Amino acid sequence: MKEELFISGRHLENIDPHLAVWHWPIAVYLFVGGLAAGLLFFAALFYLLKKEDQMPATTRIATIIAPIALIIGLLALFYDLTHKLYFWKLYTTIRLESPMSWGAWVLMLIVPLSMAWVFSYFNELFPALNKKLSFLNGLQQWFIKNRKYMAMLLLPLSIILGVYTGILLSAFNARPLWNNAILGPLFLISGLSTGAASIILVSKSHFEKNIIGKIDLGLIILELALITHMIMGYYAGTEAHIEAVQYLVGGEFTLMFFGFVVLLGLIVPALMESLELMGFKVPTAVPAVLVIIGGLVFRFVMVEAGQLTQYLY
Amino acid sequence: MVIDTKKCVGCSDCVVACQTENNVPIGYCRDWITETVNGTYPNVTLELKSERCNHCENAPCVRSCPTGASHQLDNGIVLVEHDDCIGCGACIQSCPYDARFQHPDGYVDKCTFCYHRLEKGQLPACVSVCPTHCMYFGDLDNPNSEVSLLLKNRNWKTLAPEAGTKPNVYYLT
Repeated sequence: MKEELFISGRHLENIDPHLAVWHWPIAVYLFVGGLAAGLLFFAALFYLLKKEDQMPATTRIATIIAPIALIIGLLALFYDLTHKLYFWKLYTTIRLESPMSWGAWVLMLIVPLSMAWVFSYFNELFPALNKKLSFLNGLQQWFIKNRKYMAMLLLPLSIILGVYTGILLSAFNARPLWNNAILGPLFLISGLSTGAASIILVSKSHFEKNIIGKIDLGLIILELALITHMIMGYYAGTEAHIEAVQYLVGGEFTLMFFGFVVLLGLIVPALMESLELMGFKVPTAVPAVLVIIGGLVFRFVMVEAGQLTQYLY
Repeated sequence: MVIDTKKCVGCSDCVVACQTENNVPIGYCRDWITETVNGTYPNVTLELKSERCNHCENAPCVRSCPTGASHQLDNGIVLVEHDDCIGCGACIQSCPYDARFQHPDGYVDKCTFCYHRLEKGQLPACVSVCPTHCMYFGDLDNPNSEVSLLLKNRNWKTLAPEAGTKPNVYYLT
């Protein structure tokens, strides 16, 4: 018995024949959101562990990327809205059932907080500029005094931000490829991993690179395990899920997913980082860049492939 | 809403009536016709039906909306408040029926069950123009209404009930 469905009389822009409502800005935002979450998480964590001086890149230099990444992400999100002038309506209500409402409010808190964090290191990061802007010193002292509280806020907020980038997609049960409970933790781990990779790129200290490299290796292994679970979950799911996973396994996104995300973005960097930890000379920048590219491609694959999947009725 | 797939001939009159009544921009539509062919020749069956927003009891679009622009009235009708909509697309992603679209003016638009006509005691435009009278509209909470009796006496189905949305457009089969 073969069933065929024709839809006639409907050719909606961005919806037929396949949904394409969310474009590249969403993928970029999910990537930079995860990246910023990772950077801020490690900064707050190592500050609270009192490793501030041994980990200068983690707690200070690399955190400059976080507010920049978040602002790029916010601009990307704004660009993708179709009723832009009404964006402020997001902040007139709190809708607990809507992941996007959570995300909007978390961003509202974490963007100024990330700026305040970088600002509290202003005199160390930009000594030349600091002399010219000496009138800001009083304000900076206040932020330095409250750094501990900022870190205590950043720790949970960065985790919510990281998980949210995945839950934004997984909450849509109409898109079977997104609709799995692992996507939230998976995007969090992936975001932490890209954050760790950026720290490795920025750091000049061997000690710091070694610690963050070990953490990154652990995160990559965890991510591979979660991806395995995710794929297993699709195959154990309904017909809609089995159809959906075909886009990643054998379908048009196979090369992007298994080639760029799993192989080049996870397995190769994991092997290189392991070799380096065993004492072989491996340039640390290579696995770090691969992890970052893999993270970005992963977001693109999930956003684009997810919109092709649907319930078959 | 109840739609009799045995009576529908797929003429698209409901689509045109909706576009005219609701001033839907050219190239867009709030309802549409699907033709489903089952089986392989010579054993084929054809099902024609008019589809639209299912005004789900458990509406995922209402849940995913970050501003509350998508909302459900007490009578179950799901509407979009244009001036609260930011055009984020979350509701479009959440709808298993792809019943929503972005209006050229930016906000998200969809079937309203012709709420402005119901308020005046009139039927939705699509129901009122159907030449084969295959569509019925009424109160499913009232056990003696025409729609309730049809569902009691005929076989029916809803679309993608496995999506958990509890749709409120019923198809007689």
